[in-house]
Amino acid sequence: MKPLFEFLLRQGDNALVLGHRTSEWCGTAPALEEDIALANTALDLIGQTQLWLGYAAEVEGAGRSADDLAYLRDVYDFRNILMLEVPNEDFGRTVMRQFLFDAFQVPWLTALCESADEHIAAIAAKSLKEALYHLERSAETVVALGDGTDDSNKRMQSALDVLWPYTGEHFLQDDVDNTMFKAKIAPLPVSLKPEWESTVRSTLNDANLKITDSTFAHSGGRTGFRHTEHLGHMLATMQVLQRSYPGATW
Amino acid sequence: MYAQQVKSTGKKVVSLEEMSPADRDFQERINRGEKIEPKDYMPAAYRTNLIRQIGQHAHSEIVGQLPEGNWITRAPTLERKANLLAKVQDEAGHGLYLYCAAETLGVTRDEMFEMLHEGKMKYSSIFNYPTLTWADMGAVGWLVDGAAIMNQVPLQRTSYGPYARAMVRICKEESFHQRQGYHIMIKMAKEGTEDQKRMAQDALNRFWYPALMMFGPSDNDSVHSAQSMAWKIKMNTNDELRQKFVDETVPQAAYLGLTIPDENLQWNAETEQYDYSEPDWNEFHDVISGNGPCNTERLGARRKAWDDGAWVREAMMAHAEKKAQRKAALG
Amino acid sequence: MSNSKEWPLWEVFIRGQHGMSHRHVGSLHATDAEHAIKNARDVYTRRNEGVSIWVVQAKDIAASSPSDKGPLFEPASDKIYRHPTFYDIPDEAGNM
Repeated sequence: MKPLFEFLLRQGDNALVLGHRTSEWCGTAPALEEDIALANTALDLIGQTQLWLGYAAEVEGAGRSADDLAYLRDVYDFRNILMLEVPNEDFGRTVMRQFLFDAFQVPWLTALCESADEHIAAIAAKSLKEALYHLERSAETVVALGDGTDDSNKRMQSALDVLWPYTGEHFLQDDVDNTMFKAKIAPLPVSLKPEWESTVRSTLNDANLKITDSTFAHSGGRTGFRHTEHLGHMLATMQVLQRSYPGATW
Repeated sequence: MYAQQVKSTGKKVVSLEEMSPADRDFQERINRGEKIEPKDYMPAAYRTNLIRQIGQHAHSEIVGQLPEGNWITRAPTLERKANLLAKVQDEAGHGLYLYCAAETLGVTRDEMFEMLHEGKMKYSSIFNYPTLTWADMGAVGWLVDGAAIMNQVPLQRTSYGPYARAMVRICKEESFHQRQGYHIMIKMAKEGTEDQKRMAQDALNRFWYPALMMFGPSDNDSVHSAQSMAWKIKMNTNDELRQKFVDETVPQAAYLGLTIPDENLQWNAETEQYDYSEPDWNEFHDVISGNGPCNTERLGARRKAWDDGAWVREAMMAHAEKKAQRKAALG
Repeated sequence: MSNSKEWPLWEVFIRGQHGMSHRHVGSLHATDAEHAIKNARDVYTRRNEGVSIWVVQAKDIAASSPSDKGPLFEPASDKIYRHPTFYDIPDEAGNM
């Protein structure tokens, strides 16, 4: 796989998998206003997916489209971080996951706006505006639910405990990252860790939530080496029509 | 329609001469085409009826999210996924606008939710039918939204100001919904594979009569209609709208190469409209009284969402109160 | 659980374009003003409708009473000299 292609899949699959998970909420959120807001987030992410995977398909040059990449790859070809494929569970975990992701996306997309690859810089600039709003909303909701009641605090703490070990995967580094860094296409993810950590720590502190001491990090999503069991079920649902009726257009 | 008023009050419409001076004044305002606003005088029955109608309409929007929400995670392309999600999101928005309109009449949104969950308020019968294939997303958009639009466009002129304004906004936003559905049908029925054509025909077969039922029973059986029309909270009779729907839909089905499942359907040169078979009104009454294919699932899903979300609503409110207190303490 | 307090009702005003006044567009529920602004953004500007949002809690709006309609508004109806069409200006004088 070309490193640039793989890099773009990582961006596109993150947006796709989180967008899909978020869209699962449609019609069942705790309040109408939150339902509408979640759908906006999901729509932003699906839009970003089209841009990232569209460019990925172009870079690959094998005649595939963004839809082919989304609907006709299997688990081992996906490159999203594991945290995003973990099921929604409840509103608390959904919001916590969104926040932990947004806190990374904002500095990440900010840096990508300076990419030597103009196409990437343009996608990043568009996505950044969306991510800034997502972060504002998710951070405030995390604080509200952490601070709200004893019950909500417990739920948010347990969401954080489940998700925290998945956050380290953002900052892992491999040949793809090194190649992108050398070509001035993207910064090394680890360089964004201080900013991510400062956002996360101050928000979680405001939310009266405690980060575990463990530095253990699950991995295998962004390299595609080993996803969770959840991704296969998600793809089985998402890809059912394209898989069942090969060649049909919709 | 979205508010199928099936229960009749059994009372006939009161004439102007029989009304109290306040009621007569009110009715004359309506006759002149004036809008009634929240703080204006209104007869108790007008208020009660409106709460029921707007409430049913709002409930239909949010229960209506479920059958289409059923396919968001399985939409066949990224674009279709975004289109469908945006459409179902609009339905949440429309529910929200309508609940707010009803709230101006002195009922809260939470109270209306509770009445829905307890089965004390209804929603449109159509949403108790299952969506089984992707073609159903086409059929629902084309037929169900098509039928809804037919009812909603005239409601923009309804006598109650907040309701009329909500309908203006809703109609503006809905304009893409039916086209979205019909576009799915074109792709499948006209340009699709044999499988897709079969799916499209199957969807039409299942949704045709339920769509006709959306307009409610024949006006001959509904004394209630007359009063609602005098109050301009209902603008056309059920039969008028149903006929208009049939007349507009038949050529659309023909364009798709699909067959409407009605052997009696034919053009009547004398009346210049289509003759068609009535839906099975026994089935309609079964669905309305709780025995539709999906009543239990739909209401169950709404109740579950409400119960599961209680801790969130409560915690967010508690946080806002704490925040306000902390701000006050800082002086 | 069902007894928990309902989120207050807010009225939403949106400035559609630069230079225009804010207009009432509808209402929504939110826990406080910040939350209401965010909800208004998500609910009422999905189609690019706004450049600025105001929210005010519905209970804080003071409104005129319908029974005052006569004394409040009718005295203005005979002051036709406030309207430009009251004054006849010959065409020769040009646009005014």
